[in-house]
Amino acid sequence: MKEQEIDIAEIDRLYERLFGEAEGTGYHLNPDVEFTKQLIKSLIINERRYGYRACPCRLASGDKQDDLDIICPCDYRDTDLNQYDACYCALYVSDAVRKGEKKAGSIPERRPPPAERKRETQRKSRQPADLPLPVWRCKVCGYLCAREQPPEVCPICKAKKDRFEQFV
Amino acid sequence: MTAVHIPGKNSHRIMLYALSTCGWCSKTKKLLDDLGVEYDYEYVDQLQGDEKDAAVRKVREWNPSCSFPTLVLDNKKCIVGYREDEIREALQK
Repeated sequence: MKEQEIDIAEIDRLYERLFGEAEGTGYHLNPDVEFTKQLIKSLIINERRYGYRACPCRLASGDKQDDLDIICPCDYRDTDLNQYDACYCALYVSDAVRKGEKKAGSIPERRPPPAERKRETQRKSRQPADLPLPVWRCKVCGYLCAREQPPEVCPICKAKKDRFEQFV
Repeated sequence: MTAVHIPGKNSHRIMLYALSTCGWCSKTKKLLDDLGVEYDYEYVDQLQGDEKDAAVRKVREWNPSCSFPTLVLDNKKCIVGYREDEIREALQK
């Protein structure tokens, strides 16, 4: 298949970049380099197919708004790292897995089904508190900042502006 | 039917719903290949329109969260995720 043809140099470049970003921000890529590069190739395939890097291990809808929570790094990475030492696709792992003390495995899906996701979004819209500025929360890493608008890119995990929610 | 048939030892009727991009799906597929069993698989992410919807409905019947890989054995048992030991054991029976 045509979309499977990805230049190795392109995979290596993205691997190096994600590796650097992860290590620089307290995250770790899976030390199984062959497995990890396969996932990175899949991220490139999904970027070409959908226009964004949807999680390789989840079925993307192709509608960016619906898929925002599963654009890599997904909204569920931190919770899965805490509970299972790896994110859902195991691109990111805990320090224990990086050091070889634990093994990353196939874990249960944490993403709620579509109907529940819709309810969740409705529940979250609330009245802003009496503050001079709104507080924005990065849904990927939890970074908080008080400013008129969220930043273009999260200074911690590099997630884009559309991954922020108004927290207060 | 859009499923791809892989010939091999005929022990169970095996249907694997997978994503072409998923690491755990490839490990599951490789396990079936290594075991040399006969199976069918479908890369749901490579389907379009009605075919994709039909596959998703089918997966949901077995696995409401519609996650991958979803392995259906003999139209009776379903194993979600790359559960190597569980898959080996179920196929031995």
